[in-house]
Amino acid sequence: MEAYISLFVKAVFIENLALSFFLGMCTFIAVSKKISTAMGLGVAVMVVQAITVPANNVVYHALLKEDALSWLGITGVDLSFLALLSCIGMIAALVQILEMILDKFFPALYFALGVFLPLITVNCAILGGSLFMIERDYNFGESVTYGVGSGLGWALAITVMAGVREKLKYSDIPAGLQGLGITFITAGLMSLGFMAFSGIQL
Amino acid sequence: MSAILNDSILNDETKKVLTAPLVNDNPITLQVLGICSALAVTSQMSTSLIMALALTLVTAFSSAAISAIRNHIPSSIRIIVQMTIIASLVIVVDQLLKAFAYDVSKQLSVFVGLIITNCIVMGRAEGYAMKNPPLESFMDGIGNGLGYSLILVIVAFFRETLGSGKLLGIEVFKLTKDGGWYDPNGLMLLPPSAFFIIGLIIWGVRQWKPAQAEKSEYKIMSIAHGEGGHH
Repeated sequence: MEAYISLFVKAVFIENLALSFFLGMCTFIAVSKKISTAMGLGVAVMVVQAITVPANNVVYHALLKEDALSWLGITGVDLSFLALLSCIGMIAALVQILEMILDKFFPALYFALGVFLPLITVNCAILGGSLFMIERDYNFGESVTYGVGSGLGWALAITVMAGVREKLKYSDIPAGLQGLGITFITAGLMSLGFMAFSGIQL
Repeated sequence: MSAILNDSILNDETKKVLTAPLVNDNPITLQVLGICSALAVTSQMSTSLIMALALTLVTAFSSAAISAIRNHIPSSIRIIVQMTIIASLVIVVDQLLKAFAYDVSKQLSVFVGLIITNCIVMGRAEGYAMKNPPLESFMDGIGNGLGYSLILVIVAFFRETLGSGKLLGIEVFKLTKDGGWYDPNGLMLLPPSAFFIIGLIIWGVRQWKPAQAEKSEYKIMSIAHGEGGHH
């Protein structure tokens, strides 16, 4: 149990996907102008991440890993090079299914997240989470923890960023630095802040 | 040289497609695409160069391939078709790197795979290749790849020289711990420095080309002239 808690804390703070691996930066910069939209996207990413990382874990361990097909009586087959294709296909399919389910059963949530759901397929944080899961060889339990934790960390980062940017627009910034430039520098300072967690051993 | 430029392949349109993304329409500093990997792999020049090369090739070939079949892709499933083409190309690149440059491939870890979701590749496929013939799309892919490479190389240059006193692993500044004069700036090797450098590059580019600058949402009232307060 302790190992899971430490993995969770590590995924949220120490190895924050947005601020220490720069994943999902395009959306992180583009959608962080208002707190409410940023939060909506953050929640959507968290949900999708929590579903896709374990799902990819199952597919990888049951079908793609070296000798994974031995339960079918096929041995010596290593399909791990297909991991990229299967991960992105899985993500695209799950996002599509999630969209339909939300539309049918939770229309309120669907309208709140609506615009962001399709965007999530091409969010590198989602694919990155799955690829880190494969690279670090997580088991199923760890992959669930990692999925929820890394999604939460990303949501936290984009919400905080939106909070800073809402105040930032009232400030007097040199013309060339306006908008994108100052956003990058702010993100850098936040990333520096998150680095304070890096020495923590759990 | 001029003979090549006058050649029918490099006519004005192609030249424009190839050079516009370098500064005027740079994918990173203006279109805000593909930032994730630009930040993550730039602590060393060698990884940045490999990454830049990989991305340029993937963008060029995926644009050409998508453009070649653009009239046969039903628009409702075009994203998935594009994804499949891009993912297949990335797998090829990934396998090549693992075979011929294993150390670099280990250092790049997941970022080679993340070329699939790199917005530059998708953005060019969606924004250019779906509407233009294969050759131009190929050139557009190369151009945008080069614009991305340019920023990557600039960032990596500052991060590696200032952060470890080396460039491509060759000593440039002699470090104090080896009896030299340069005290390395450890911050440059850490992730936040990439944000600062890109932010400053954007500032520089926009100072040079003011047309790219964004407008402030709120005007600061001028107190010095005593007029602002009345409005």
